[in-house]
Amino acid sequence: MSAAQQPTPTTTPTPTASPEPAETSRWQNVFREITTGNAIISVLAVLLALLVGAVMIALTNPNVQESAGYFFSRPGDMLSAAWDAVSGAYSALFQGSVYNFRRPSFADGIRPFTETLTYATPLIAAGLGVALGFRVGLFNIGGRGQMLIAATLGGWVAFAVDLPAGIHMIAALVAGVLGGALWGGLVGLLKARTGAHEVITTIMLNYVAFYLVSFLLRDGFLKTPGSNNPKSPASKETAVFFDLLGPNYNLHFGFILVIGATVFTWWLLGRSNLGFKFRAVGENPNAARVAGISVQRMYVYAMLFSGGLVGLAGINQVLGTTTSGFGAGIDSGIGFDAITVALLGRSKPWGVFAAGVLFGAFKAGSFSMQAAEGVPIDIVLVVQSLIVLFIAAPPLVRAIFRLPAPGAPRRRPVPNVTQEVVAK
Amino acid sequence: MSIIAPVNQPTQPVEPEEGPATAVIKSWKVPIILGVFTVLGFLLMVVFGRTGTSTMVLSTSSDLIQLPDVLLPTLPTGIVISILLAGITGFSAWMVQTRRKVPLWLISVFGVLLLIGFLTWASADERIPVPGLLFGSLSLAVPLIFGALGGVISERVGVVNVAIEGQLLAGAFTSAIVASITQQPLLGLLAAMVAGVLVSFVLAAFSIKYFVDQVIVGVVLNVLVTGLTGFLFSELLAPNAATLNQPPKFERINIPLLSEIPIIGPVFFRQTLIVYIMYIAVAAVYFGIFHTKWGLRLRAVGEHPQAADTVGINVTGTRFWNVSLAGAVAGLGGAYFTLGSVGAFGKEMTAGAGFIALAAVIFGRWDPIRATLAALLFGFASNLQNVLSIIGSPVPSEFMLMLPYLVTIFAVAGLVGQSRGPAASGKPYIKS
Repeated sequence: MSAAQQPTPTTTPTPTASPEPAETSRWQNVFREITTGNAIISVLAVLLALLVGAVMIALTNPNVQESAGYFFSRPGDMLSAAWDAVSGAYSALFQGSVYNFRRPSFADGIRPFTETLTYATPLIAAGLGVALGFRVGLFNIGGRGQMLIAATLGGWVAFAVDLPAGIHMIAALVAGVLGGALWGGLVGLLKARTGAHEVITTIMLNYVAFYLVSFLLRDGFLKTPGSNNPKSPASKETAVFFDLLGPNYNLHFGFILVIGATVFTWWLLGRSNLGFKFRAVGENPNAARVAGISVQRMYVYAMLFSGGLVGLAGINQVLGTTTSGFGAGIDSGIGFDAITVALLGRSKPWGVFAAGVLFGAFKAGSFSMQAAEGVPIDIVLVVQSLIVLFIAAPPLVRAIFRLPAPGAPRRRPVPNVTQEVVAK
Repeated sequence: MSIIAPVNQPTQPVEPEEGPATAVIKSWKVPIILGVFTVLGFLLMVVFGRTGTSTMVLSTSSDLIQLPDVLLPTLPTGIVISILLAGITGFSAWMVQTRRKVPLWLISVFGVLLLIGFLTWASADERIPVPGLLFGSLSLAVPLIFGALGGVISERVGVVNVAIEGQLLAGAFTSAIVASITQQPLLGLLAAMVAGVLVSFVLAAFSIKYFVDQVIVGVVLNVLVTGLTGFLFSELLAPNAATLNQPPKFERINIPLLSEIPIIGPVFFRQTLIVYIMYIAVAAVYFGIFHTKWGLRLRAVGEHPQAADTVGINVTGTRFWNVSLAGAVAGLGGAYFTLGSVGAFGKEMTAGAGFIALAAVIFGRWDPIRATLAALLFGFASNLQNVLSIIGSPVPSEFMLMLPYLVTIFAVAGLVGQSRGPAASGKPYIKS
């Protein structure tokens, strides 16, 4: 699954003979490389998904529906109404996520992009955790539970313990990551010791964590004294992640941590001894066992790391995003979004990073799109899922845009079977 | 796997579903788990026992045959049940010692006893309406059962169906709209099946034609359907709730005679049409998969597509149409949300039921009957909490809510163990 292999030749062989390399000019070769490459598929997938989103926005817009009534007498009306609706929505999406042209200074205009990175931070962290699981052949749907436990332990350290600034933050961070790792490791342990399927145990532990945290918030050590609101006390100033770009921006230290986590995951999977064993188990557990790797132990380790990374997302919520105390919904669906992020990133650390930033942009932009144009946030879910679908099926995108298949036609199509298959 | 120590002499034939084991395995897992539960039960019912009388109401007011209420003195009942539990644990340990397989019915009896003990303990000086408890359990389990059946069909034919949640949601959404416009719940039911099939078409097309990883497609489809229904709900259904989101619900139908059987009648035979369809669906799927040509082919394609292809079965076609069928079945479950229980569509109203159904599929080891039982267990556990919160349980409600999921983890870890899906499930078939 390395990037070089990724122009996945999943196409059926096409009879069109590829031109002889000797006869084509250099520019033709370049053109061919661009049109058959992986990058173009990703770009076109995004475009296609945005196009579908545009159709949906246009169809449900009241002005468009009204002008569609007299489409045959004045077709221009409907087209311009549709254009207004779609361009308005997408420019709001862009201005809410990348750069706001209505602001005078660059410092104000770029603020949306820092928001994007802030939203991307937990998505990347949790996405890395899920991706790591995929590479070992484990399907970690337990992001929600791992985030909640991480937020519980880390959040408790952040509001209940008195420590000097800096050390306090690190202590809370470690507590959170450990919490996530333990909750995830439990799944690995159950799978290794008893063979319990991790899809069941992670889903069940999500609920267990949710009710546990609900109880703790209502009547346990997370309860705010003298308040009936199921919400924890605010994190202390000494533990909160500091702002990277000053108080005007929400971007905080968590983003640096996530870059670090990405490098770490890249190193772990690609360069370390343990990562090699992880990937061996993910590719073929039986072969790995024969080669002397303890598959059971790898499951436990992998879930520890996976849970720890998801835990980073959880602690990021408490120390970075929602520092004024948290409720049982602190995970805000990130554990599930992370699955899509990991899939879009093809379970590779830097791919996950890029996917996380893209999804963060959608998240940041969707709020301004809803506020400015009244387009429901859910449209972003549609666009996001379509992007993943299209990117996962390059032949479909090629067929739509009539692009040539990459390279020489193969006699046998090679299946696009990834570690995710093994995870089921 | 470390626990597995093959024994030379099998004392009892092992069912084929049991996986690779060919000999009875001397595993202490079952007695240990039973022992843990016995100790827990003893602590709860005797050490922290409550005094008083628990009343089990067995009949509803409309029953023809009225059963008297059962009065159980709380503490003595707890003591008796603890002794019985300890006895079963000891018996199972003896069976393992003599290399016999602990039968499933013994574990079931243990579970039922533990449950009665717990109910008695929780309801000291209160009344528990037993038919209501069971009726509500069945209601909560209906969408799970349909979803699980869809999952079983799809996975048996070799396509992992993570999209159950999406199929349920699509079914719920479409049935709400169609039934509201036509005022015909039956048409809504049909529309729900079509919606489920449409979701399945995408799943099938991407996983079978484009060889995209099936889990990816499934997860993404869930997001897609959530987004689509949420978007359309905000844009169309919410502003026009009166015309588009007020489906007529199915009426309850009392089956003559059967509905008058004490306890069983009110629970199983005073239900809506969808529930009766569910009974038929469970039986049909079971019979179809294990006793018809269709089922044999379906399983062959799911276990060994190459062999199936060699004998002339069209693997791609079989997979495509059976995944579509799975979508139709799951779509029915979605219709139950809008036409059977809630009565209007709400954003993300399935609330993870599809994932619970997926868990039921795996818990039930890809067998329609066992998956149904697993779904019923989930339904019962969720409803138990509802009932106990009404009578006022001494345990914090969050722990009651947690219980079904904890029990599932214990059950999966201790009793089911390594579950094996159909061999080719999740793997695309590429004809060479």
